[in-house]
This record gives sequence, C-alpha cells and structure tokens, in this order.
Amino acid sequence: MNQFQYVQPAKSKAAIDTVTKDQTAMFIAGGTNLLDLMKRGIVTPEKLVDINKLPLKKIQKENGAVRIGALALNGETAEDKLVLEKHPLLSQALNAGASAQLRNMATVGGNMLQRTRCPYFYDTALPCNKREPGTGCGALEGYNRMHAIFGHSEKCIAVHPSDMSVALAALDATVLVSGPKGDRKIPFADFHRLPGDTPHIETNLQKGELILAVDLPENPYTKNIHYLKIRDRASYAFALISVAAALDLDGSNIRSARLAMGGVAHKPWRLTEAENFLAGKPATETTFRQAADLAMRGAKAFEHNKFKLKLGPNAIVQALKNAAGVA
Amino acid sequence: MAVEKDLPHTCSQGEKGQCPNEARRDFLKYSSILTAFAFMPNMAVKAADLKLEEKLVSAFEKVNVTLNINGKKRKLSIEPRTTLLDLLREQLNLTGTKKGCDYGQCGACTVHVDGQRVLSCLSLAAMQDGKKITTIEGLADGHELHPMQAAFIKHDGFQCGYCTPGQIMSAVACIREGHADSDDEIREYMSGNICRCGAYPNIVNAIKEVKNGGQKV
Ligand SMILES: Cc1cc2nc3c(=O)[nH]c(=O)nc-3n(C[C@H](O)[C@H](O)[C@H](O)COP(=O)(O)OP(=O)(O)OC[C@H]3O[C@@H](n4cnc5c(N)ncnc54)[C@H](O)[C@@H]3O)c2cc1C
Ligand code: FES
Ligand code: FES
Repeated sequence: MNQFQYVQPAKSKAAIDTVTKDQTAMFIAGGTNLLDLMKRGIVTPEKLVDINKLPLKKIQKENGAVRIGALALNGETAEDKLVLEKHPLLSQALNAGASAQLRNMATVGGNMLQRTRCPYFYDTALPCNKREPGTGCGALEGYNRMHAIFGHSEKCIAVHPSDMSVALAALDATVLVSGPKGDRKIPFADFHRLPGDTPHIETNLQKGELILAVDLPENPYTKNIHYLKIRDRASYAFALISVAAALDLDGSNIRSARLAMGGVAHKPWRLTEAENFLAGKPATETTFRQAADLAMRGAKAFEHNKFKLKLGPNAIVQALKNAAGVA
Repeated sequence: MAVEKDLPHTCSQGEKGQCPNEARRDFLKYSSILTAFAFMPNMAVKAADLKLEEKLVSAFEKVNVTLNINGKKRKLSIEPRTTLLDLLREQLNLTGTKKGCDYGQCGACTVHVDGQRVLSCLSLAAMQDGKKITTIEGLADGHELHPMQAAFIKHDGFQCGYCTPGQIMSAVACIREGHADSDDEIREYMSGNICRCGAYPNIVNAIKEVKNGGQKV
C-alpha cells in the first residue's frame, strides 16, 4: 500500500474542505472496499479523511421518510426495527451481501460507492477504461461471465456489485449530500451513471461531496417483498443476478409493483416498464412471466454471459412469486 | 511500523535493548522508508516541485492511538497504513489471528472490536483509537478454555487449524448475535469464514453444542 496521510476531522465541513481542495484525498468510512483497492494499487490516495467521527450514524423517521445515516453499518441497518418494519426489502438485500463480519464494518454510504468486481478492473496488468481511461475494455472480448447485459457501452461492460443499492433503487430512495457548494438531494435513479464514454466516472457525486444520509419515502411495500440473489455459492459471493421485488396486493390483484435488478448493469437496474405492466393485473405466474419478458427487452449479452438472458427473466418470475406468496 | 510507548517491550530473549526483535524493528523502519520512497516517485517529485515537503513528511507521521487489547491498555504510535491484522501479528506478536487472504475474502483474521466481529485485514489500526480488541488469545479465561474452544476440540472442528482462530471468534459472535438457531442459520452467518479443509459440518456441530448447552459465551 502506498504511504498516505491520515486525518480524522470532527466536523463535516472540515472533511468536505479537505477532500475538495486536495486532489489526492479521499473519504474513508468502513474501509472494506477502499483498503482492498489500495492494497492492490488500484486506488492510490495520498490522504485519507476518516469520517467516522462525524454524526452520521442515526436511523430515524424524518417527515414520513426513514432517514438512514451514511455511517449506519450494513449489519445494524439490516436489523434496525424501523427498517424491518417499513422497508424489509432493504433489510433482505443487505443481509444477502458480503459476510457478517463485513456487514459489521461496511457503511451505507460506502456500500453505494463500492467499485465494480470486474476482474479486468482488479488486475492492474490488464487493460481497463475504468481504472485507466483509454487503455480499452479487457472484458469486451475477454472473460465476461459476470458482466452487464443492459446499458453497457463499447468502453465498459462492468456491473455494479452492490445488493443494497438494488433495493434502494426499487424503493425510490433519495441520497442527501453536502459539498463545497452546499447541500443537495440526488434521486437514487440519478446517483449512479451508465458507462458511456466515461466509465471511470461512476456516480454524479462531485469531488468533495459527502453523503450524509439516504431517505426512503413511506410506501406500501412492507409485506409482499423478496430479494432474490443468485450466485456461484450459497452465501458470501457477489450476485450473478439479483432481483428486488415488491408488491402491493389487493387480495390477489396487484395495486402496484416495484422491481429492480442487480448484476446486470453498470448501475442498479430499475424495471419501470415491467412495474407499470404489473399494476392492476392479477398476481399470477402468467402475469409475472409477461412482465419479465418485458423487462428483458433490449438485453444484449456477450460470449460468456448469455446465460443471463435466461436466468434474468426466470429470476424476476421467481422473485415476484416469492413476494406474492404464489407457489 | 508501530512503536510501543510506555510499555516494557515484549521480547522474551536477551537483554532490553539487544532484543533481536528490536533490531529487526529498526531495520524494518528504515527499509520501509526506503521502500516507500522507491514506490513513490510521483509524490516525491511533486512535493519537490510544489514545495510540499511538509506534506511529504506528514505522510510518514505516525498516529498515536490507545487500544485495549485483550484487557490490556496499549499506547501505540502507528504508521497510518498498518492494518489491525499486521499490528497484532507483526508488532504485538499476537500471531493467533491469521492472515489468509489479506483482502476480506476468507475470515481467518476475524477479531472482535467493541464486541463485534470484524475483519482485521481490512481495518486500519489507526482507525481503532479507544476501541476494545479481543483476539483468540484473549478468549480463554486463564487456563480455562472458552466453551467454544473446547467444543471445537471435542467435535474435531478443524484439520490444519489455519482458519480456526477466525472460525472460533466468528462462532462466538454468531451465538451472541442470536444467529445460531438452526443449522441453516449457522451456515449462513458463518459463511464469512472459509475452511480449506472442509471442517464445516463439525464446526456447525460445535456451535450447536455451545448454543444448546446454554453456557455463557
Ligand atoms: C469479500 C467481500 C465480499 C463482498 N460481498 C458483497 C456482496 O455480496 N454484496 C455487496 O453489496 N457488497 C459486498 N461487498 C462489498 C461491501 O459491501 C463494500 O465493500 C462496503 O459496502 C463498502 O462500504 P465501506 O463503508 O467499507 O466503504 P469504504 O471502503 O470506506 O469506501 C468506499 C468508497 O466510498 C467512499 N465513501 C465512503 N463513505 C462516503 C460518504 N459518506 N460520502 C462520500 N464518499 C464516501 C470512499 O471514499 C470510497 O471511495 C463485499 C466486500 C468484500 C471485501
Ligand atoms: S485475511 Fe482477512 S479475510 Fe482473509
Ligand atoms: S481447518 Fe484447515 S482451513 Fe479450516
């Protein structure tokens, strides 16, 4: 690991100022992604701004929404009473991620900003436009089993690895940030970016902007929900495909639905068209299958991830069946 | 490198001041500075260009922390990039905690920080100021094994033993957290600890026994 200077400010403003002014400075929260990348020489900050002394840990009600502090740990958030009562889908998604130890360290803010697990990004000897713009995408013609089927570009076909973010996308979250130019709110759909020509820019967060919290608006998705994660082993592995499904049922009819997928794109992939289709339909396997087919429109696979074109719709159907309690 | 302050140093052989560890420590201190320079041409050049010597110096500055490790208070001065795992193993000679992967993927380095299980390989020691750290060395009560240690022996919860300290620290936490109510739950909440030897069924049995025995963990 390269040498770096370590600072632990007590105020958000000092933390923001330091990262804004110093090109080589970065925030560190749980450190579970950043330290991994630093050890491998993929990210090389010369100053680490430890934000753990900032008061950003609380989970509370705020104008009807549930506000989760950026420093709330993944594990404690998953088991938080308010989260379990109001947004159990988020709890399921969090518990599907990493391991108990990592969830005790990882924060909600850090989780959203974790980098891709693409092996070409991780291997500094191989080309990767995300790590080193202009070097090319090694995965495009390489081993691309874990890679995207939606929203990819010639420059990058990596996927966003977070489970938590898939649930946040489905639940219409808003990210609260504070930066050199003041505070602002970013709707979750606009938080992460597609790769386009600039895969090294992964979110719309500006240099020096600190995530303060994430807000989840009140919604009816407290009962018929399911986070389905499909991976190479039963636990402690990243998703090949995941689906966050939430239904508001009136008997056996769907009033409204929320659906998002993980492991398929450079950002959590919200399935709005399928959601709209489901509204007002009966909660049956037939409807779920039609919705899944709609959701998969426009998918494009590569040499090694063609299986995702089949696994994707099947996963959507299964997640919806589990959410609805349909056998 | 951490340098222990206010502490009789832990060398067991030789007179104070002639301890082989101390010489080694000094050597590492110098060599790590040299290595750091070798790896940091950018920074050194930039610093010279921009007259940022101060910043360059501060990159080598140590961070002072006070840790409670297995019930003992330790005042340490730590280089920022030292992980908690390296601090324990390399500087404090607490080698019970194992380094398997060093990247958060195996669980061999699991310790408790303020009672919660975490991975010491992905924790910076400098970020643990004021915290209470428990390692496998701090689990037994004197010569009395912790019930989980005893159960691992009874149930053959290991073969080579490399993953075992991490497994045991994780297993204790698993019960304390209330995640040991069924075989499936134990498997899920122990999934962060990989065992190359495949001792998994016996590990589950050991945990079940401690859980069902109702002993205090
Ligand atoms: C072996 C392993 C398996 C894993 N498996 C999974 C999995 O299955 N599913 C999953 O979702 N995740 C998984 N993870 C990833 C894990 O969830 C992330 O590493 C973690 O959530 C990152 O959070 P952190 O607080 O540790 O972030 P850090 O490592 O501290 O930071 C990550 C990034 O976010 C920035 N940052 C952090 N907080 C803020 C803030 N408040 N404002 C602005 N910037 C900030 C940092 O500067 C850094 O760039 C796994 C990790 C490992 C090591
Ligand atoms: S050594 Fe820390 S998880 Fe493997
Ligand atoms: S006992 Fe050998 S790795 Fe677990």
